[in-house]
Amino acid sequence: MKKKPFIHPYIPNSAPAIREAMLRRIGVRDVEALFVEIPERLRFRGTMKLPAPIVSEYELRRHVEQILGKNRTCREYLNFRGAGCWQHYVPAVVDEVVNRSEFLTAYCGASYSDLGKYQTRFEFYSQMGELLNMDVVTEPIYDWGTAAGYAIRMAARMTGRNEVLLPRVIDPERLSVIKNLCQPPTMASHIAVRHMDCDRQTGCLDLEDLKAKISSKTAAVYVENPSYLGLIEDQGDEIGNIAHEKGALFIVGVDPISLGVLKPPADYGADIACGDVQPLGTHMQCGGSLSGFMAFRDEEIYVAECPLMMYSIVETENEGEFAFAEVLAERTSYGLRDKGKDWVGTASGLWTIGAAVYLALMGPQGMREVGEVIIQKCHYAMHLLSELKGVKIVFSGSPFKEFVVNFDESGRSVSDINKALLEHGIFGGKDITQEFPAYGQSAMYCVTEIHTKEDIQRLVSALKEVLP
Amino acid sequence: MKRKKLGLIVTPIAGIGGRVGLKGSDGPEILKRALELGAVPESPRRAVEALRRLEPARESIEVVTYPDEMGESEARECGFAPTVIGRVRARETTAEDTESAAREMMRFGVALIVFAGGDGTARNIYNAVGDRWPALGIPAGVKIHSAVYATSPANAGELALKYLRQAGSIPLRDAEVMDIDERAFRENRVSAELYGYLKVPYERNRVQSAKAGSATGDAVAMDEIACDVINKMEDDTLYVIGPGTTTQAIMEKLEFQGTLLGVDVIQGKRSIGSDVNESQLLKFAEDRRARIIVTIIGGQGYIFGRGNQQISARVIKKVGKENIMVVATENKLLTLFGKDLLVDTGDPEIDDMLSGYVRVTTGLHRSIVCKVTR
Amino acid sequence: MKDLKLRRYHAPVWSEPVIMTMGQKGERGIRVPGVDEEIANRVGQARSLIPDGMRRKEQPRLPELSQPHVLRHYLRLSQQTLGMETGIDISEGTCTMKYSPKVNEQIARSPQVLEVHPLQDEETIQGILEIVYRFDQLLQEISGMDGFSFQPGGGSHATYTNACVFRKYHDLRGELEQRREIITTVFSHPCNAATAATAGFDVITLMPDENGYPDLEALKAVVSERTAGLMMTNPEDTGIYNPRIDEFVRTVHDAGGLCFYDQANANGILGIARAREAGFDACHFNLHKTFSSPHGCEGPACGAYGVRGELTALLPVPVVTFDGEKYHLDDHRSRSIGKIRSFLGNLQCVVKAYAWTMSMGAEGLVQVAETSVLNNNYLEKMLLEIKGVTKPYAEGKTRLDQVRYSLEKLKNETGIGTVEVQRRMVDFGIQSYWMSHHPWIVPEPFTPEPCETYSKEDCEYWAAVIRQACEEAYANPDTIVNAPHHQTVARMRSIEDVDDPEKWAMTWRAFQRKSKHHKSDGSRQR
Repeated sequence: MKKKPFIHPYIPNSAPAIREAMLRRIGVRDVEALFVEIPERLRFRGTMKLPAPIVSEYELRRHVEQILGKNRTCREYLNFRGAGCWQHYVPAVVDEVVNRSEFLTAYCGASYSDLGKYQTRFEFYSQMGELLNMDVVTEPIYDWGTAAGYAIRMAARMTGRNEVLLPRVIDPERLSVIKNLCQPPTMASHIAVRHMDCDRQTGCLDLEDLKAKISSKTAAVYVENPSYLGLIEDQGDEIGNIAHEKGALFIVGVDPISLGVLKPPADYGADIACGDVQPLGTHMQCGGSLSGFMAFRDEEIYVAECPLMMYSIVETENEGEFAFAEVLAERTSYGLRDKGKDWVGTASGLWTIGAAVYLALMGPQGMREVGEVIIQKCHYAMHLLSELKGVKIVFSGSPFKEFVVNFDESGRSVSDINKALLEHGIFGGKDITQEFPAYGQSAMYCVTEIHTKEDIQRLVSALKEVLP
Repeated sequence: MKRKKLGLIVTPIAGIGGRVGLKGSDGPEILKRALELGAVPESPRRAVEALRRLEPARESIEVVTYPDEMGESEARECGFAPTVIGRVRARETTAEDTESAAREMMRFGVALIVFAGGDGTARNIYNAVGDRWPALGIPAGVKIHSAVYATSPANAGELALKYLRQAGSIPLRDAEVMDIDERAFRENRVSAELYGYLKVPYERNRVQSAKAGSATGDAVAMDEIACDVINKMEDDTLYVIGPGTTTQAIMEKLEFQGTLLGVDVIQGKRSIGSDVNESQLLKFAEDRRARIIVTIIGGQGYIFGRGNQQISARVIKKVGKENIMVVATENKLLTLFGKDLLVDTGDPEIDDMLSGYVRVTTGLHRSIVCKVTR
Repeated sequence: MKDLKLRRYHAPVWSEPVIMTMGQKGERGIRVPGVDEEIANRVGQARSLIPDGMRRKEQPRLPELSQPHVLRHYLRLSQQTLGMETGIDISEGTCTMKYSPKVNEQIARSPQVLEVHPLQDEETIQGILEIVYRFDQLLQEISGMDGFSFQPGGGSHATYTNACVFRKYHDLRGELEQRREIITTVFSHPCNAATAATAGFDVITLMPDENGYPDLEALKAVVSERTAGLMMTNPEDTGIYNPRIDEFVRTVHDAGGLCFYDQANANGILGIARAREAGFDACHFNLHKTFSSPHGCEGPACGAYGVRGELTALLPVPVVTFDGEKYHLDDHRSRSIGKIRSFLGNLQCVVKAYAWTMSMGAEGLVQVAETSVLNNNYLEKMLLEIKGVTKPYAEGKTRLDQVRYSLEKLKNETGIGTVEVQRRMVDFGIQSYWMSHHPWIVPEPFTPEPCETYSKEDCEYWAAVIRQACEEAYANPDTIVNAPHHQTVARMRSIEDVDDPEKWAMTWRAFQRKSKHHKSDGSRQR
């Protein structure tokens, strides 16, 4: 049965003559013979109803680009949305490096053949270590939520306890990821999630509520800094003390782009730090550049309990020359374990590369400057918005790059306002009304270094028009 | 640079019978018969194979050994200039020589004792050093039941080299030394006792874990297994804990003094019997529900019949197949390379009953399904 | 293969130091936008906006380099990375290292993908939603499933999603407390077991029978009313297709469990055998393997997860729906497992996978499967002619897209095994091969995968490299024992240090702290 040959540029051996030669060498008549181990009843004998192939590259490109052309971008629109994926500037050199074929296509090559990849990663860990003031940084995993969930599971294993305290004000998406990792209540190794309230005024953690809820069953206290709603948590020391007094671990989720100006969590007692690499030199890509890192002190128990990959620098036989190898630390055992180990897999390696380049370009001064610029612009926007009729700033605490505004007095819903802003070419702040009904018709605005004064003023003008 | 000391003991008689169709080689008559049949002592050749793997590090290793074919000639053949200690009394070396050699090497302060031989040799080494000194076997006997041997002479050499070079970081595992009744063996009856445990360097491959996380070491695995077992224990059930290090870990987790080589009984997390025999077990199982927890003993994969004969066919029959739990670390299972687990209770009916598939608990909430045959 | 010449390859050697030791104080790699005077006047100094106790006091000790120097450094490091495109990466078996078409890269780099925020109003992301929806449809047809999610960020993430779905399914029926066990096989990808365990299940692993097939009798012995489901890979990493896979599925279904098909090794069966016909309830595809999205130094990736029937209600939210005119994000699915990752997933992978699939069509996909199986069998023929190489299990049975070989014979006869061969092959410009997942049941393993984007000559070169290494093991062991010779760096001196808490160093600062006898530039203190 001779099929018409399907020659494709991506398939070198599609030419019939070559296939014939190979079949002869193998000693079979046709390719069908190579599938002999699949019983007939399991064979798919139909034809998959797929669209006819677009074999020419030109037409393929037009086809896909035409569909993608229906997207609007944050270049055409002014974007004030953040909430887990933020718009920051991506230096040209970062793009140049992450698009290098070698980095783009490398996978599990070993230490020698892919040395550059390992060294770049090590430089990422090293630079992050400086930002976080911690000596061990892991290879990141899918996103912040997963990293936080893993940190929580680590804490549960390390302490032998089954409860964790999280802020009530937390990204619902991140919370869902964490809860899945903590398992439903019916499962034996379930970790119970309890929520700590936030101070209604400041937006920061309510320490009294923390004290009320922490117990000898608490494995960890997890807070985020800045918080989900953008506020800089200034009670880090106390939270850490309260946690440690009860023998719980103190886990802090941070925004790495803030660490040029904000104190690293290690300096206020955090045992484990986690967060997303995304702000460090990645394009938003509709949420496709998330990357959750974890870091902690260089102590055996942490290294042993951490499921993520870690690499150590190793000397070679040439003096002063280094290579990098995976740390396969044995797990140690602590107490009665009822939680098994976690998994690790292909996750977000390319962003590790990009972030290493980003941090190298920025240097200490750049990281300080970007943090300062962001916070100033954010506060500027907050001031201007607070002056609008019908707009209230919800929290008195100090934001870093995101702040919450309330529109109750304006009589318009956030949904309406955002629809109207869209017509002005603006993506208004994230509507958090459904997430946190207690704050009424509220939206979270994100302002970063990419917003100019004119951008912010444009937002203000648009809101003036939109609000009655 | 300070050289590392490696103790080497070769028992040239080991393995001599296998080639010519005799089993084992203990005893002068068998030896004589074997030599008559043209047997060539296997151990020296295997020892040389192992030593070859150490040749690259010749400069940094001091081989400490006994005279002539008990190690000296093999070492010289590989280009070493060994430190020869001890004396052999006769041309034909005996078990006493092996034991003396091991004791003297311990005193000499070698980092590791490698020995080429079979089950008999393992017992001799154990008699001399117990679990106080690291040792590693170069396989050279016939069928070996003890688990103290590397998988091949080459691997023994490699592992010894690694251990000498990286002394802190190669862990030691407890490996069974089995006492095989050689005479019974030649009459096609196998009678094996668990003799003791030697501390043996751990043969571990660096596994690629880029996509799946790291493998678990034995100490942790045993701890996880113990946790898993204890979590499931019921107060009204009697637990018969068989010999072995993995089962011993359960006793330790419950903070009991367990008998490594014997059978213990607990209930309601209390210890009610220590190093018990068959009749005691039968009495215990008389009036209440009982469960048996056993592990793999020895290098051949036996779960019943080698080293735990106290848990006899009668006991198993009384307790019932559904109440038998098998525990073992994944690493132990992998040393069997996919071969079946074995049972030999002496009662074919019970052996048949036990045959089939068994879930072996290998960790917390983890088990591997293995085939059991006679 | 007779007159094949092996290349005189040498990896670039730049002796490029770790960046932490480079640069000069005060240098800048990039300048950040400043603040307008009006802003500064309005809000004041940045430090005044940060609560006292939270101000960073000491600057992080990041390197300070000018821009061209940063670029130069990372370009050199990229040159010191073999990656996949310059070599013949048949080596990384189970990874399906196929050509990632550059046109797709360029498409995915357009602002319509890069500069899109996931929380944009639906009407502004109709393009990407359409691609997601269309690709979902394509995968449904390819697999026979009824709905896909692209939220998982990799293959293991997809199996984890599956474990969560199984968990939810049984929980909704009130049977989760009873159904605690997930069954898998030892040759399946270890993430099947690991993710099931993370999700809270007891994991039962089946050992293969003596022919290397998953043991159906063993399955029957452990399936019960406590079974939540089966998670297995087929063909397994050995390349062996389990001809009784549907019996496995039936056995578990009869006991009330669900069945998941890990299709990491789908490359050899596209259009040839589908998850549906085998009876599976759920499956996944690695878009960064089978569907050509690049591997990216281990991510970003996408484990497209698909399910049948009522399980579609359990998929992670949001799901992309189409009302005939517009695409929507459906967040209100009460039976969904919620989220296993923020936002929608690595959609750029979906864009690339979609483009690739559209370029192939049904005929192309079958061609992909046929060619990868053809390549694999061709390579096998050559490899098995090499002394020292054997193919354990399933004697006489044809393998599909990959084979797990063993160098045990080589090891027994020469003392040199898979670790040494792996180290030597990179000297010929070939990426180090994949050995095996844990556990190493096959001794001294290696697992190549010559997928369809490799030519006949590529296969021959690869086999020639293995032949060279094996011949050296027999005849000239010094070369291979001391390999690699042509790499960027020399052999690691004391790799065991990475397991020693006193010696390991995951950051430069840790390294400096622990090796006080090193100067800050990495050279040794006299």
